[in-house]
Amino acid sequence: MAWFFNSKKTSKESAKKRLQLVLMHDRASINPQLLDKLKEELLQVIEKYVEIDTSGMEISLDGDKRTVALVANIPIKGTR
Amino acid sequence: MASKVFVITSGKGGVGKTTTTAHLGAALALSGKKVAVIDADIGLRNLDIVLGLENRIVYDLVNVIEGACKLSQALVRDKRVEGLSLLPASQSRTKEAVQPEQMKALCDELREQFDYVLVDSPAGIEGGFRSALAGADSAIVVTTPHVAAVRDADRIIGLVEAAEKGSPQLIINRMDMNLIKKGEMLDQEDVVEILAIRLLGIIPEDSAIVSASNKGEPVVMNGKSLSGEAYRRIARRLEGEDVPFIELSSDSGFFNRLKSMISSN
Repeated sequence: MAWFFNSKKTSKESAKKRLQLVLMHDRASINPQLLDKLKEELLQVIEKYVEIDTSGMEISLDGDKRTVALVANIPIKGTR
Repeated sequence: MASKVFVITSGKGGVGKTTTTAHLGAALALSGKKVAVIDADIGLRNLDIVLGLENRIVYDLVNVIEGACKLSQALVRDKRVEGLSLLPASQSRTKEAVQPEQMKALCDELREQFDYVLVDSPAGIEGGFRSALAGADSAIVVTTPHVAAVRDADRIIGLVEAAEKGSPQLIINRMDMNLIKKGEMLDQEDVVEILAIRLLGIIPEDSAIVSASNKGEPVVMNGKSLSGEAYRRIARRLEGEDVPFIELSSDSGFFNRLKSMISSN
């Protein structure tokens, strides 16, 4: 319980976070570069139909158990 | 039908596949089962030395596959652990000497004569691993609570599932309670949450494992060691028994060990 009172992050927490993130990419065979490219092209398509708030958007990999999902949160300003 | 041919695998080297195969095999045999352990790490033979059987090898796995001897001639019976037999790896050949379908035929032959067959897989995800996996009903994935080992374990789990061998079971090796208490090591809940497969057992960091390998004696023959108890419990879980996980203590002192063993009985 020692780390509970310690505001400094323990190395186990970093280990867990880093692993969860890297495994998401490993499992989907999607590297960060590919995800960026996907994001860019996805935006181009969506922008043809709706006006979006690019500053508030978020596209990432998320997962539960051993399945991985592409999760996109794209705020819409209005229709074109 | 319950699985009886298990491949012990990990992806990453040095996490304890061979140690696990040796001690789990011995634990199953001590509980009265007939067990064959196969060293599938062709060219890097080492299950024999961990078990203390290195001076009794006449033939090896490749000899059997090539028909140079009979299976029964190559199996080395452990004289101290009744029911335990070793099929050693060839030391002078390479992984290409064994093809997946040959390994499958070999495992099927052993299946007839033994209650359990444990295949010690080589590290990596290439041919050697594929062959070791071929004859197995399911896999036991060994990892340590270290980032590199957990990442490789995840990769292996994906490959085992893709090969339609079902969801593997997990053994977490070398758990150091002192580090876990300080928050400097992933604990069992963390690893299970990350890998999302069934936990089969946890093995504490234990100097008894090193001594056992030095002497060539299965650690399960040492009634006092906590790691020996951990392997015996894994053996019982494979038999379908519901056994609690060992209590890891940050103090490896005698009283703590005694306490954890008593509280578990």
